[in-house]
Amino acid sequence: MNIIVCAKQVVDVSEMKVDSSTKKPILQGVPQKISDIDKNAMEEAIKIKDKHGGKITVLTVGPADAKERIKELLAMGADEGILIPYPDKYDYHVVSTLLTEAIKKIGEYDIILCGEASIDLFSGQIGPRLAGLLGIPQITYAQSVNAEKDKITADRNMGDKSVTTESTYPVLITVTKEINEPRLPSLMQILGAANKPINDWTVESLADGLNPKIDAVELNGIPMERKNIIYKDNVDESVKNLVDSLAKEGVLR
Amino acid sequence: MVLVFSDDKKLTLEMLSKGSELAKELGKKLTAVVIGKNDDALAKEYIAHGADKVFVAETDIESFKAEEYTELLESIIKETGAETVLIGSNKNGKELAPRLASRLNTGCVTDCTNLYFKDKKLTTERIVYSGNAIAVEQFNSKPQIATIPSKVFDPLPKDDKHTGDVVKKKFDVEKSASKILKIQEMKSEGVNVEDAEIIVSCGRGFKNKDDIKLVDDLAEILKGRTVGCSRPIAADLKWLAEEHWIGLSGHKVKPKLYIAAGISGQIQHIAGMRDSGVIVAINKDPEALIFKSADYGIVGDLYEILPKLTNAVKEKMG
Ligand SMILES: Cc1cc2nc3c(=O)[nH]c(=O)nc-3n(C[C@H](O)[C@H](O)[C@H](O)COP(=O)(O)OP(=O)(O)OC[C@H]3O[C@@H](n4cnc5c(N)ncnc54)[C@H](O)[C@@H]3O)c2cc1C
Repeated sequence: MNIIVCAKQVVDVSEMKVDSSTKKPILQGVPQKISDIDKNAMEEAIKIKDKHGGKITVLTVGPADAKERIKELLAMGADEGILIPYPDKYDYHVVSTLLTEAIKKIGEYDIILCGEASIDLFSGQIGPRLAGLLGIPQITYAQSVNAEKDKITADRNMGDKSVTTESTYPVLITVTKEINEPRLPSLMQILGAANKPINDWTVESLADGLNPKIDAVELNGIPMERKNIIYKDNVDESVKNLVDSLAKEGVLR
Repeated sequence: MVLVFSDDKKLTLEMLSKGSELAKELGKKLTAVVIGKNDDALAKEYIAHGADKVFVAETDIESFKAEEYTELLESIIKETGAETVLIGSNKNGKELAPRLASRLNTGCVTDCTNLYFKDKKLTTERIVYSGNAIAVEQFNSKPQIATIPSKVFDPLPKDDKHTGDVVKKKFDVEKSASKILKIQEMKSEGVNVEDAEIIVSCGRGFKNKDDIKLVDDLAEILKGRTVGCSRPIAADLKWLAEEHWIGLSGHKVKPKLYIAAGISGQIQHIAGMRDSGVIVAINKDPEALIFKSADYGIVGDLYEILPKLTNAVKEKMG
């Protein structure tokens, strides 16, 4: 079974700070990580490989330091990594086109796995776009999958219902965070990952004349102005003060 | 032409409101798409709420599949020459829109919380970085596809005098290689946190499933009677059904009063409740992040505070 996992390096949103004067988020210097749900996709790929054998390739469009992150996925169990740099200007159209061309260049694949969305921008566009460009079925929001020799079934979390879908290969699957618990690699695996290849593929070798269809205009902060009145002394008094305040706010009717 | 599609009627009505505003500005017509069987009552309703035309794509497709709906919409967009396409951002719409955009080689912005023309370009706003920022973006080519979550726009008042055509067309769609085996409705208690006026939420600060009675009791005496929860309570512990789950990957809520007990206030939880009117936090850790997002807070043990709070509210409300 040949499996391709698309993984994105993202800022750790829980570490983001807001500039106190402009109220805009500060993007520089925020720690980077592999988007959480992409790790779930990786874990699922390993489970499928354990059952059917084959090869797992990690595919990333990202900055040069994403190599360090790809190593984490190699340590988890991927066989090979491919890193494509971000072009000067990009949007989902550009990135999904690059990933698609890379997948075509890899050639043989049965399953493409992605997270349902990346945790920084949470658009969820890449999975469906790749499936559309490759002209293959898509099974999104998978919360469990069962890969058999010539077909795969998945339970999809659709909020108010669960939909069980089956597909032949090749297929693109996006997973939710609930599907599994990504493993932590052992020290041996981390050391072993150093010997696994990470190939650099250039943008030019995949596509030319790529232009975004969407232009970023600006990034604005969202001021969260709250009263921050915190009662911390005697519990009975705190409760009384809180109830009085809520009554004044007019929410106790 | 501006085209609107969702398989959710309510969401379609909301989008027709924004769609008619955009169409007016462009001097173009507004079309609502219905997929499946013709439904005269539905078409009438869409017209009364702003549609100049209802395009009924008649097919024998039984259940939604992104592959097949993409093909249909691709044909409809080509046939109508629609340049601006609004798609409802429910789970179906969110996997449909990007696939459709890829087939049309075009741009797509998901979950828009605002949509307007600036310098003659369609401009979108959406919340990113888990609620830390709003990204403002602009389309530079057409067709342009935007998805709209529910409750962002209010539907137009019903106007029975507004007229429009109903166009029907049969479509044969190439069947996808995927197959739906089973559709199972999730167990539901009919809780709707998104419409609730008051929500009392619990998090991992609760030690046992039975202790959720403490938030039930408080919610019971507050108008609204709705219980919410953080992700671990629904997803990992499964003490409450998904319909209670609030946050980035759960429901987005905006009640008048939101009480969070035993919830640490991680950004992904805040993303779901930040638009609440008054926010109250109860947490034993004075450093808990939740206090930064709260109007009022009590530092202490929820097991002591909640019963007392319930009593005090009962007394106050008489
Ligand atoms: C991609 C992604 C999506 C996510 N989506 C969501 C989402 O939609 N919704 C969501 O909620 N989370 C989401 N999360 C998870 C989120 O990051 C947090 O892990 C989660 O919100 C924590 O839940 P909690 O506050 O209940 O638990 P904890 O973080 O464990 O907090 C428990 C709190 O209870 C307090 N406490 C303990 N005992 C007591 C006591 N006796 N009295 C008073 N206080 C007490 C503690 O001080 C602590 O602050 C997501 C995470 C990721 C990565």
